[in-house]
Amino acid sequence: MRCKKLFIQGARVVDPSANIDGEFDVLIEDGFIKAVGQQCVFDKRTDINTINASGKILVPGLCDIHTHLREPGFEWKETIQSGCETAISGGFTSLVCMPNTNPIIDNAQVVKFILDKGYEQNLCEIFPLGSISLGELGEQMSPMLELKEAGCVGFSDDGKPVMSALLLRKAMEYSLMLETTLALHEEDKELSNCGSMHEGLHSLKLGLKGIPGAAEDAIIARDIEIARLTGARVHICHLSSKRSVQLVKRAKEDGIKVTAEVTPHNLSFIDSDIGWFNTAFKMNPPLRSIEDREALLEGLVSGIIDCVASDHAPHDSDSKNKEFDQASFGVIGLQTTLPVMMELVRQKHITLKRAIAALTCDARKVFNLPSVKIVAGAKANLTLIDPHLNFTLNDYSNRSKSCNSPFWERSFQGSACLTIVNGQIAFEAAGEVEPQVANYR
Amino acid sequence: MKHCGEKLGQHLLGIAGLSKEQIAYYLDTAETFLEVGTRSVKKVPTLRGKTIVNMFLEDSTRTRTSFEIAGKRLSADTVNISSKGSSMNKGETLIDTAVTLQCMQPDAVVMRHASSGSPHLLASYLTDTAIINAGDGLHEHPTQALLDALTVRKALGRLNDLVVTFVGDAYRSRVFRSDKILLETLGSKVRLIAPPTIAKNEFKDLGVEVFFDMESGLKGSDVVVSLRMKHEYLNDCFVPSLSEYSRRFCITENLLAKYCPDCIVLAPGPFVRGTEISSEVIDGNRSFYTDQVAHGVAVRMAVLYLHTIGKEVSYEV
Repeated sequence: MRCKKLFIQGARVVDPSANIDGEFDVLIEDGFIKAVGQQCVFDKRTDINTINASGKILVPGLCDIHTHLREPGFEWKETIQSGCETAISGGFTSLVCMPNTNPIIDNAQVVKFILDKGYEQNLCEIFPLGSISLGELGEQMSPMLELKEAGCVGFSDDGKPVMSALLLRKAMEYSLMLETTLALHEEDKELSNCGSMHEGLHSLKLGLKGIPGAAEDAIIARDIEIARLTGARVHICHLSSKRSVQLVKRAKEDGIKVTAEVTPHNLSFIDSDIGWFNTAFKMNPPLRSIEDREALLEGLVSGIIDCVASDHAPHDSDSKNKEFDQASFGVIGLQTTLPVMMELVRQKHITLKRAIAALTCDARKVFNLPSVKIVAGAKANLTLIDPHLNFTLNDYSNRSKSCNSPFWERSFQGSACLTIVNGQIAFEAAGEVEPQVANYR
Repeated sequence: MKHCGEKLGQHLLGIAGLSKEQIAYYLDTAETFLEVGTRSVKKVPTLRGKTIVNMFLEDSTRTRTSFEIAGKRLSADTVNISSKGSSMNKGETLIDTAVTLQCMQPDAVVMRHASSGSPHLLASYLTDTAIINAGDGLHEHPTQALLDALTVRKALGRLNDLVVTFVGDAYRSRVFRSDKILLETLGSKVRLIAPPTIAKNEFKDLGVEVFFDMESGLKGSDVVVSLRMKHEYLNDCFVPSLSEYSRRFCITENLLAKYCPDCIVLAPGPFVRGTEISSEVIDGNRSFYTDQVAHGVAVRMAVLYLHTIGKEVSYEV
């Protein structure tokens, strides 16, 4: 049975956007935060669901700005339903989904299809990106105005770089009119030359063709210059190399409107973790060297890298369980992103405040998404984190239709125990209460 | 002959991971099989009733023929599969093809594949069959390394404390990778002479001494190995042309006589006369490429034997 009121008692409330960090009670009513305070007073006679949250951390609902929902077109890998279920169980209340579906999100009908499906699921908010080029073919601009009006929050050809500098320049210029952000998958296809892992000692040993860091760095340098020329807002997806962090730092110092993200797997692994051709570690951009990994972490801590994004890229086992060079790129990540970040917090690599900002307000800012705060009057999209909750991604806990994760069977401490969407409990970690799905609209 | 006591794994996936003793075990066994090829009736009944599948999913002439002859000399029943005309052409995956084959109960599957790591992939599926890697992508070619080692050991009497210099496309050479691991395991030094488009910095990290010129690279070499300059795909060209390559990197008798007069020369792959290596060298006394081919059959007999019944019975020759 659903309660109209939800009372979260005694949690450590951390909201970097409102500069809140302290022990508060939060009262939620009719989908909104009614009150935040110490010792909230409320009418005890009303129907109210009280959650004892002492020792837990309440944060604004997490937002993943890089998810592949795979629907329409690849429903055997993931659907909007399964993707949303995976997201809420990972603590995410908002998703930005990538347009490389089939058909590509390059017309209003596909946007409408996705938004309608999301509405039906009633699980978490979905914000689609439209493609930069028609069909992601890199030849002509997609109808960005039509897409924006249909509900796209930004544009990307993710999965592929925009190799034509001229096309990208035009798209950047056009984006100024739409006040939107272009999210760029940065890879010089000629330099990556069909490589399947980071170019280095390990690729040489395994006899696998390498993707040098320069394949990413060179095109980031180019695109920063085009952004300088046009004044457009660009977001650099999944940084993987040390040099790319330096390039973004420099661009920010120069006042260019650039943001950047990093994935949990690039923060956790390096190229040699591939071991003997383990395709669960094959993704694009690839896992790189230890210096790269350290630079990414430093960049995230210092804020040069704005946010963490899962790059949740589900693939069925048939596309993964094959020869390494022929296997698909990509790993799932919605359920392990928060645990990875909590691990980094526990190991004191990053502060809790910065980690939460990278998963909430700083992520939302990239595409100007509606802000989510823990203040009275705000929409109640919240994530309750139990820093002691053990989480292992395996056949039992996995909510995705795919299981291509480098974190498979790795145990974590610290995970979402409650996800609240529009004032309703959308996900609750298995415990005393059965998880229930909210009907939030 | 006695067992060395060092157990071999079920499969031969690569030289990586083999111990000195295991390598010697392969080579000692191969030496005992060399004699079979000199008989007028070139057949022993050792593997009678055993089935060997030669699954060559990438073009190959000498390795496939060598494995087939090796199997036949041991009286095994050999079956050849190529990607053309197999179910792989109809969209069947490598794993399904291999599992299907395993159900026909072969004792060994000899496998050549264009993807690095493909035998490692199959190793987790083929639990009852020995997988013999006959070359996987750019990764390893263990039987070639063993036959090269046998050739060097017979010619120079040892495999330790040698300077072995490779000339040519080591980047795309699985032979180089396997040879390099074997030579290092046995205590020899590996050098590479190649243009910098091939001899990238990572080779140094790998422990290889890198040279861009023949003079300094050849000096003091005990063995010189000519590697094939693959030049089929424009996108993957490491040199402007093969004729330009040969201006600097062709292995000539003049160079060898001047910088390493006592060296021997190996040429594992198909070589291009006059471009990679001069006819004078290849046809001369220091060249052992014909021995390599002959040793190849013996090494493959040893490998097939050791990975099928060699583990069951002690074989006295």
